[in-house]
Formats: sequence, C-alpha cells, structure tokens
Amino acid sequence: MSDQSVSLLQIDGLTKLFGGLRAVSDFSAGLPEGALHGLIGPNGAGKTTVFNMITGIYVPTEGDIRFDGTSLVGMEPHLITRTGVARTFQNIRLFQDMSVLDNVRVAYHMHAGYNLADAILHLGRFRRQERLQSDRAQEFLAVFNLTNRRDELARNLPYGEQRRLEIARALATKPRLLLLDEPAAGMNPVETDNLMELIHFIRGQFKLTILLIEHQMRVVMGICEWITVMDFGQVIARGTPKEIQSNQRVIEAYLGKRRVRGL
Amino acid sequence: MSMPQARCLPTWLTTLVVAVAVFVIVTMLYARGIMTSYVYNVLQLACIAAISALGLNLVYGFNGQFSLGQIGFYAIGAYSSALITKEFTTYWSGAQFSTLSWLQAGMIGVVVILWAANRLHLRQLFSRLNKALAELRRMERTILVAVVVVLITLVLVAVGAALTWVLQLGISALLTALIPALPAAAAQSVLFFLALVTSAAFAALVAYLVGKPLLRLHSDYFGIATLGFAIVIYTILQNSDMVIATMKGARGMVEIPMWTSWPWVFGILFVLVVVMRNLVYSSHGRAIISVREDEVAARQMGINVPNAKVIAFAIGGFYAGMAGGLYAHLIGFLHPSTFDFVRGFDPLIIIVFGGLGSMTGTLVASGLFSLIIEGLRVVLPQGFEDWRFVIYPILLLAIILLRQKGLLGTHEWGWLQPPHVLLREVAVTGGNPQPPEVIP
Repeated sequence: MSDQSVSLLQIDGLTKLFGGLRAVSDFSAGLPEGALHGLIGPNGAGKTTVFNMITGIYVPTEGDIRFDGTSLVGMEPHLITRTGVARTFQNIRLFQDMSVLDNVRVAYHMHAGYNLADAILHLGRFRRQERLQSDRAQEFLAVFNLTNRRDELARNLPYGEQRRLEIARALATKPRLLLLDEPAAGMNPVETDNLMELIHFIRGQFKLTILLIEHQMRVVMGICEWITVMDFGQVIARGTPKEIQSNQRVIEAYLGKRRVRGL
Repeated sequence: MSMPQARCLPTWLTTLVVAVAVFVIVTMLYARGIMTSYVYNVLQLACIAAISALGLNLVYGFNGQFSLGQIGFYAIGAYSSALITKEFTTYWSGAQFSTLSWLQAGMIGVVVILWAANRLHLRQLFSRLNKALAELRRMERTILVAVVVVLITLVLVAVGAALTWVLQLGISALLTALIPALPAAAAQSVLFFLALVTSAAFAALVAYLVGKPLLRLHSDYFGIATLGFAIVIYTILQNSDMVIATMKGARGMVEIPMWTSWPWVFGILFVLVVVMRNLVYSSHGRAIISVREDEVAARQMGINVPNAKVIAFAIGGFYAGMAGGLYAHLIGFLHPSTFDFVRGFDPLIIIVFGGLGSMTGTLVASGLFSLIIEGLRVVLPQGFEDWRFVIYPILLLAIILLRQKGLLGTHEWGWLQPPHVLLREVAVTGGNPQPPEVIP
C-alpha cells in the first residue's frame, strides 16, 4: 500500500500497548483518496483498536496517523470528526431514545451556526439553521429509505434499519474518510447483498474513501480493492483480494486460530 | 406521537392559556380571601421546587449526569441574593450596593481570566516549551516550566483582580446613581431582579468551575463528588459568620426582605420553562441529550462532550440559584439545615417521580410533591405530622414500582412537546442514481 504516493490517510508504525499487551504493533497503511480498503483478521487481532486510534478514542503508544497531511495523534475525537473522519461501530451505538431524525441532526451540531442565545430566543438565525438541518437530515433519511421512520425512536427500528441509520448518521458529519466496523455483522445474505450495493452507492455519491472491517469474506472479497490482514496486532499480509485468498500466512492465521481453540 | 396539525389550536396557544389561567385563578382566589396565605405559600414553594428540579432535569434527565449537588447551588443562590437585598434594606449610603457590585464585577473578572486562559492555549504552550527545553536536565526543565506557570497565573489573576476592582467602582457608582432615583417600589423590584439574576449567575459560575474537573468522572463517581460539593457548601454555611458576619452561620440569617410573591415566582418559572424548552429542542439540546445516550458515539458525531456536560451543569446551577434566591425572599430566614444534603434529594425525587427527561413531568411532580408533603401536614391528626415522612416515601415507592419511568416517562404536553418538523419531499440532490433498495 505504501507504494501509493498520495494518501488521504497515512498510518506509520502505529503501536498500542494496554499494559503488557501489544494490541497493535507497528501497523502501517496508506489509503489513497477514493479507495475502498478492507481490514480483516481473526477476532482480537486489533482491527477495532486501529479504528479507535484513528478516531481518537485511544491515543497510540507510538506511531503517527496523518489525515490529509495533519497528524490526528492526540487530537480530541470531536475535532477529528470535524476534519472529516466518521465511523460506525461494531455493536451499533445509536442514540437509542432519540428519534431517527434527531439521530442524524446531532451530526449537524458542529456546524450549527447559531449559539445558545439564538436558540433560547428563537431568533431568525435559529429558525433558518434549524430548517436547513432538518431538510438535510431528511435528505439523508430519504437516501437510506428511512423517511417513514423519521419520528420513531431509534431503539424501535429493526436491526437492519439501525445499521443503515448508523451509516446515515456518520455520513451527515460530511466525512471524507468513512470507517465501517463490521457493517454486515448479523445480516442475512440478502441484507448483505444490499449492504454491498449501498456501500458502492454512497462511495460514489459522497466521494468517500472507505476503510472497512469485516468478517464475512463474501463482503470483503466482493467490494474491497485492497486488503490488509492482521493477526495478534501485526500486519501479516496485504494485497488484492485474489492475492490474499491464496496467501499461506492468512490461511494459517485463520486455521491456526481453530487449532488453538481445539486444545 | 404528537399530532399538532390535528388540533384546532396551536400548542403554544393552549399552553399559554393554561398558564395564564393558573396564574389568574390563584391570584383571584388569594385576593378574594378564598385561598389562605398558607396555601398561597405552598403554591409558591411548589413553583420554586419546580425551578430547581427543572435545572436538575437538564443535568440528570437530559444530559444523564447523576448529580446530588443541586442543593449546593440552591444554597449559593439563596445566601448571595439575601446578602444583596439585605444590604440594600439595612444601609442607606454608599455601602448599599457593595455585595451586588463586587459579585458582578468579580464574576466578570473570573470569566475574563477563564477566557484569556483559554485563548492562550496553555496546554500547547507548555508542550512546545517542554520540547524547546528538551536538552536541559529534567529537574531544570521542571523548575523552568513551573516558574512560567506561576508567572502566567499571577499575571492572569492580577489582570482579573484589577479589572474586578475597576468594574466594581463603576457598577457601584452606576447603581448608586440610578436606583435611588427610581420610585421606591420600582427600585425594590429592579434590585430584587438584579439580586436574583446575579446570584443565579454566580451559582452557574460556581457550577461551571466545579463541573469542569468533576464532570470527567462518570456516573456514580460524579454523583458522589457532587454530594461532596453539597456537604462542603453546607459546612461553609455553618461557619459563614467567621467571614461574613451578616450570614450568621449556624444561627441562621434573619431579616431578609420578604419580596417574593406569586407573580414573581410564577413569572420566573414561566420564563425559565420557555428557556428550557427552547434549549432542549435546539441543536445544543440535541447535543446534550446525545451525551446521555452514548458518550462515545456523541464524540464521534463531532460533539464536544466535556463542553456539553459543563454547559448543562452550569445552566442547571443557574436554575438552582434562581430557585434559592426566590426561596430566601419567600421565607425571610435562612438556616444551613435547610440546605442539608438530605434535602438535596428533593429535586431528585421530583424529577424521578415526574419522569426523567420530561419537563411536563417535572412541573406536575413538583406540584404533587409539595401537595403531598404539605397536604399530609393538614390531613394528619395533631401529633402525627412527622408520619408524613413515612407516608410519602411509601407513596413514592408505590409509584416507582408501578411506573418505573416516572409519572410521565419522557412524554410532554402541549407546547412542551417536540416541535413538529416539516416533512420534506426529497429529490436527492441533482440527477443521482436511485438509492438502492437495501432491505425490502
């Protein structure tokens, strides 16, 4: 990956220690603008930890993450979001007791364009911005086929719609880089096909660069252009889906895990 | 779900009519002598409880931060406003406005210091300084950085203090010139209003300063820390006479002008309900609520979570301070035992009882709460009054067991409901492919 010279996201020597545990060790990767990359590996390989470091939830022990030239290391998570990085979560983290519309509207707070006084006094700026936010949020709901669920609480949506709402909410922050953490988890084959179609669609529609963690090989092999494989915190392989499928170390990592479990 | 279109009247109108009706009916009943002054006072206490509980509802109900410190801000509001008005009624010359002007100037001074410290980006400054001094020995570097910290702090405090002193002179001169020129009744109202707003703002500032470090704690830990704050305030009040003689410490502060009346209490409650409602249904309100729902996700949505928490906490402090000020001038006597931390559970009980995150619930519950506490006092035979503290917890238990989400859950009534968002018929921006059917 490092052969691509212009990277939107450039990660170098990223390491995270939890006490004595090396969760991620010397992870490097580069995502050119517009790429759709996959990050795979057995459970506990450190994939989500990489996501958490990119989005600022964890501070890396070592290494650098550069997004469009600026270092994200040590930056507050909400500021990282403002530079154009958005994510979804492995275990869906919606704002359960807020309406579907409000879930998306939360993303607009950072460009709210009015202050507390405007809101309390209902000044013109408040009305205009509120209208604008609601309209834009509803456009997103329309794209994701959630318009008829607009006023329902997020917790009452079926699973698949919750996944879609989470992607809609992430896109509302106007990201350039979207991190998807196991978007197909718990989906049936039909839903998975639709999800793959959706990922393709949003990538073109919103001019996104996407990094995707996924366990379902069908998804990864089907849509990713480049795959990085992790095991025990280390990158063990990288390449196109074809190369990865025949990579001996990758096969070992997946089968080896089984052998350990069998003990 | 709310269906505002289906009604013949807009919700703001029905709500306004109800509010005005309550106000007029109580005023009339009292004026005609049908309502005893005892009931009249109980109603005012109910409104005061509602103001404080509304503030806590923002902190706990909407922002999800379990706080037991509300009573501390209530006490701060009560005592500081009492000091201001008592000074006004006891002195007749220059010292009449000294607490008021010092408090206002001091708050501006502190805010300016905070603002300047924020603008200087101190953390970046120190990391840069540390890097620049990298070749020095650790000891030397630490000493140098410490010297710089002390110097910056001293300069900031000096600037703030100088500003405070100058402002105090100005404000004091202004008040001395303006307020005595007014007719007595107007002067009293203006001063009462200033005292209430200033002391509420003071409570909010204290909440901000206390909340900034404490809000890093989560859930129960934050609750315990705020309980600690409430106890500190209580202890300070017990020994307050050592610093300010008029506060009289554990003997209780007396001769506070009894200026609180039904129009004052109701008017302020009304305004604060409007403010709360407009806040909650704004982008800022949604940010505050999202923090309650999921802090990690909120941060990933670009919400400045520490900021959202401290804003909610400071506004909650403002409401408590306002309620405290009204209370002080209703009773005319302040004693630290009123602000005992056990009493601090009152607003908590009200909001849990009414439904966390429901403004209507808070209003209804504070009415019922005062009604039960005071009603039982009337109903119970003589000598058994203390039994009301047995009966009302049982009632409370029953309600919580029967309705776990409180009386109203998160439901709202009338204008307090979420505003209806116009449905937008969406044509996805310019000539795009049809969105894929994701799930049938």
